[in-house]
Amino acid sequence: MQSIDPVHETVNAVYLSDSRRVLATLIRLLGDFDAAEEALHDAFRAALEQWPRDGVPTNPRAWLVSAGRFKAIDAMRRRARFDPLDETRAEADLGIVDPVAAVDPESVEDDQLRLIFTCCHPALAPDAQVALTLREVCGLKTEEIAQAFLTPAPTLAQRIVRAKAKIRDAKIPYQVPSPAELPERLDAVLRVIYLVFNEGYAATAGASLTRHDLSAEAIRLGRLLVDLLPEPEAIGLLALMLLHESRRTARSSPSGELILLDDQDRSLWDRPLIAEGTQLVERALASRRVGPYAIQAAIAAVHAGAPHPAATDWSEIVGLYDLLLRADASPVVELNRAVAVAMRDGPSAGLTLVDAILDRGDLQEYRLAHATRADFCRRLGRTADARASYVRALALTKLEPERRFLERRIAELGG
Amino acid sequence: MKYLCLVYLEEQKLHAVPDTECAACGAGLRNSGLLVAAEALQPVATATTVRVRNGRMAITDGPFAETKEQLAGFYLIEARDLNDAIQVAAKIPPAREGSIEVRPIRELNVP
Repeated sequence: MQSIDPVHETVNAVYLSDSRRVLATLIRLLGDFDAAEEALHDAFRAALEQWPRDGVPTNPRAWLVSAGRFKAIDAMRRRARFDPLDETRAEADLGIVDPVAAVDPESVEDDQLRLIFTCCHPALAPDAQVALTLREVCGLKTEEIAQAFLTPAPTLAQRIVRAKAKIRDAKIPYQVPSPAELPERLDAVLRVIYLVFNEGYAATAGASLTRHDLSAEAIRLGRLLVDLLPEPEAIGLLALMLLHESRRTARSSPSGELILLDDQDRSLWDRPLIAEGTQLVERALASRRVGPYAIQAAIAAVHAGAPHPAATDWSEIVGLYDLLLRADASPVVELNRAVAVAMRDGPSAGLTLVDAILDRGDLQEYRLAHATRADFCRRLGRTADARASYVRALALTKLEPERRFLERRIAELGG
Repeated sequence: MKYLCLVYLEEQKLHAVPDTECAACGAGLRNSGLLVAAEALQPVATATTVRVRNGRMAITDGPFAETKEQLAGFYLIEARDLNDAIQVAAKIPPAREGSIEVRPIRELNVP
């Protein structure tokens, strides 16, 4: 029997709360991801040896950064013994760092931002950005990421290795982008976070509709980003994710069936998440620099504010979609606007808009366009048209609960 | 008259020719006054493509030139890191029409 050692518990707690921040600083100090990861593990190993003997340091994070840095210098000196040319370089790389500046709170916060922007650099392949962010910023294990994305672990590990090699060989800098570069680079970061969220919220393939852990990870990332860089779109994205998340338990039945917004039990919606999301929407809108994420969050907030479906302010929602089309025009946004117009003016108005999109040749392969058209036709009593469109949607869906939902709809149309 | 000699190799043969031999060839050409600049490149996986459309810069991973596009020129630049190199590449006028592949130079591994 082994008694629980309080110092070991402290080390574990510090690992959970601070290991990613220590890693971010070590990457800056050592200029290399792999050396920093090795140094991080050496530093925690040293903590497990020394803290029980010497006591827990006042500033554990600073202690770990400093220990990791010295372990890395040791490792480089050991290697330099075999390669004398390297010695001066190792000393030069590591010697000039001011240990006080290395751990002062402001540069440590910047280190986390540096890490996020480096992992989400657009010169890396999009799937590599996602994998690297979850690995380095969130600290997920390679196997966990592979499982969540239904990817073989060796493939994912290879992706991360290649991304790190590109960071090193193409010299992607470890820095927060300049104000001129910031809008585009922030877009890339937000895209990665939202992709992780959506992968967890509505899986595009597989039996389960939600993979909760990924959504929770994305929200954690969103909160971190808002803390570090409170840009309106970062706030808008966090609001959007929280408002979606608030409906998680209401959007599928215990047997895993998909439940549409109209049919959801609104008493299941998570009120504290809605309150937080709505407050963030207001904060983003107040900035007067409104972008697509904040507008989508505002739309979600209008839904969240309606106690029952009939109380939804559809005029407000159509207005927000008009705004969204101006900020970020796309056929999918047009489709969503058509749904809102149908709710405000009736299914026939919606059908005209959807047919215009499909006739143009857009969204032909998009299952929700056909499901939406089918729904409008069903409400207009055009049963044959409705069935044809449901069948088209069914052929395009890869998600099991969606397939069952569409099959139910087709059965309800009768013969 | 200047000529650009482009070196093509299958990826797995990138190191088939010893670096020392390449360095010696470069030194020989330089001594005879024939060489303007010569560099080895990092593998294609390190490439980044920069395009400018309607004044907006787009950065993508990889060397995805359109098949219609052909090598039309080159700039050998000195930049602090990839971000600076991308900024320079975006200012190269053909970035508006085609694409600029930014590929890091590989230092020859010679003692």
